[in-house]
Amino acid sequence: MFHALSQIAYIVASALFILALHWMNTPATARKGVYAGVAGTTIAVLVTWAEPSVIHHWWIVGAIALGFVVGIPLSQVPLTAVPQRTALSHAFGGIAAGLVGTAEYYLRLGDGPEWLTPFRMIALIAEILLGYLTFTGSLMAAGKLQEVKWVPQRPVTYPGQNFVNGLLFASAIFLAGIIAANPTASWAPYVFPIIIVLALAFGVLLIIPIGGADMPTVIAILNSYAGLSAVAMGFVLDSKLLITAGALDGSSGLILAIIMCKAMNRSFTNVLFGAFGQVQQAQASGEQKQYKSETPEGAAQVLEQSSFVVIIPGYGMAVAQAQHKVRELYDQLKKRGITVKFAIHPVAGRMPGHMNVLLAEADIPYTDLVEMDDINHDMPQADVALVVGANDVVNPAARTDKSSPIYGMPIIEADKARTIFAIKRSKNPGFAGIDNELYFSDRTWMLFGDAKVVIGELVKELSGGSGMH
Amino acid sequence: MTGDLWPTVWVFVLASFIGLGVIRKVSRLLHTPLMSLTNAISAIAVVGAILVTGGDYPLTIRMLGAVALFASMANIVSGFLITDRMLRMFKTDSKEHR
Repeated sequence: MFHALSQIAYIVASALFILALHWMNTPATARKGVYAGVAGTTIAVLVTWAEPSVIHHWWIVGAIALGFVVGIPLSQVPLTAVPQRTALSHAFGGIAAGLVGTAEYYLRLGDGPEWLTPFRMIALIAEILLGYLTFTGSLMAAGKLQEVKWVPQRPVTYPGQNFVNGLLFASAIFLAGIIAANPTASWAPYVFPIIIVLALAFGVLLIIPIGGADMPTVIAILNSYAGLSAVAMGFVLDSKLLITAGALDGSSGLILAIIMCKAMNRSFTNVLFGAFGQVQQAQASGEQKQYKSETPEGAAQVLEQSSFVVIIPGYGMAVAQAQHKVRELYDQLKKRGITVKFAIHPVAGRMPGHMNVLLAEADIPYTDLVEMDDINHDMPQADVALVVGANDVVNPAARTDKSSPIYGMPIIEADKARTIFAIKRSKNPGFAGIDNELYFSDRTWMLFGDAKVVIGELVKELSGGSGMH
Repeated sequence: MTGDLWPTVWVFVLASFIGLGVIRKVSRLLHTPLMSLTNAISAIAVVGAILVTGGDYPLTIRMLGAVALFASMANIVSGFLITDRMLRMFKTDSKEHR
């Protein structure tokens, strides 16, 4: 009786999860999706808790309470910190899968090969491999994004890196194979921890060669791994709910990773094993090209006289927390009847959709946030393209320079606008370390300084100083 | 017991197709909230953690379960809350605000 009821409850929960993702197809219904997800999770937790085999209730209460204590502050982080929070939550998901897998293995060791069938063992090993490597990999990613001191920001590469990683992975697979074949051998309980250590180490080594510009893809891939580790747990526990939820998460991560890769014109293997940062030492400081810089007063005058302005935000806007100032600028321009659109590159920022969330936070209507492919048709009509802390995503070298590491990457064609203003923190090249030709174009004027300060000055010019010039 | 294996594989394959179909239609505007939402949903691994933590098992096993339960629960709570917080910010019209 209980079995039938619990199965029905799990089916309902699975259906709610699918609906939750379905409702994310438009911002209008998306919040309904969250409620569906909460309902599904609550049902599943309560029904599992009611299982007759569950007897230590206070332990569960304690762990859940602690989950709330940590989870609530984690949900209140500033939106600029959302990429690292996401990476951290992948780490949590990974460690949960890893620990449950570890517990299951030692628990079932006494039950012998009847329970630990080869299928279950393969699933179990997949669970702990994916779980633990997602754990350390995501921690490293979170550390890079948070710019924690002891985590190197630049890609760390050394000769034979891919060989070392491959060797490590091969040894883990080899041990996994022999333990899956002999799950209850006397040495097996001692080999199991070695696999765990290898998975933990592999997670770290996988992430250290990856640079900040590749983070959106890496976060998406880790998202996929976290989902797949839940699927593996579902195979071990014979839980179709876990398999369904994990598969949804896994396919979501996969689709996002594919979108990110396409937006950078790169392949998965290239992101994971290509070590982006090492390519550009050669032409870092070749010719002395000259920037032309402009004052906020001058830029404000040009903005005032335009009728169509495209703002291109990038990671620099997030770093400077400039989204609210951007909103004030948007208001000032709108007030003058100027059309203002935001051009969003899929990999702008440090995670998929990062810019949209920041601009939405600043109350900019999402109808003015335009995807790259749609805005590029209109770029030649734009009077002003205002680049706010974006760099590689507007670099025309992607179209023209075959030797550039970003050649072939689709870009927002800021260089086609009549006038280009680029706000930049310093004269150094961007995260990928590549010089940007856009800055040397004869129609480009640089506004050097912190994005928030510079836009603040533009707003001041537009709001008060318009009569003075 | 091996008879039990295939239905789970079926579920996985079908669920992946549903996932690919549904996720592909998710608005690009919402990719960040999508990630936090799927994160919270996949933290349903909490059910595995509950069974391990609450069962009549040795102490060390239950401790592993309790840490997993805590980690999953933190993901569920923060995942759903931050998704909702982000989604509340997406508006079509700016005039109704300040």
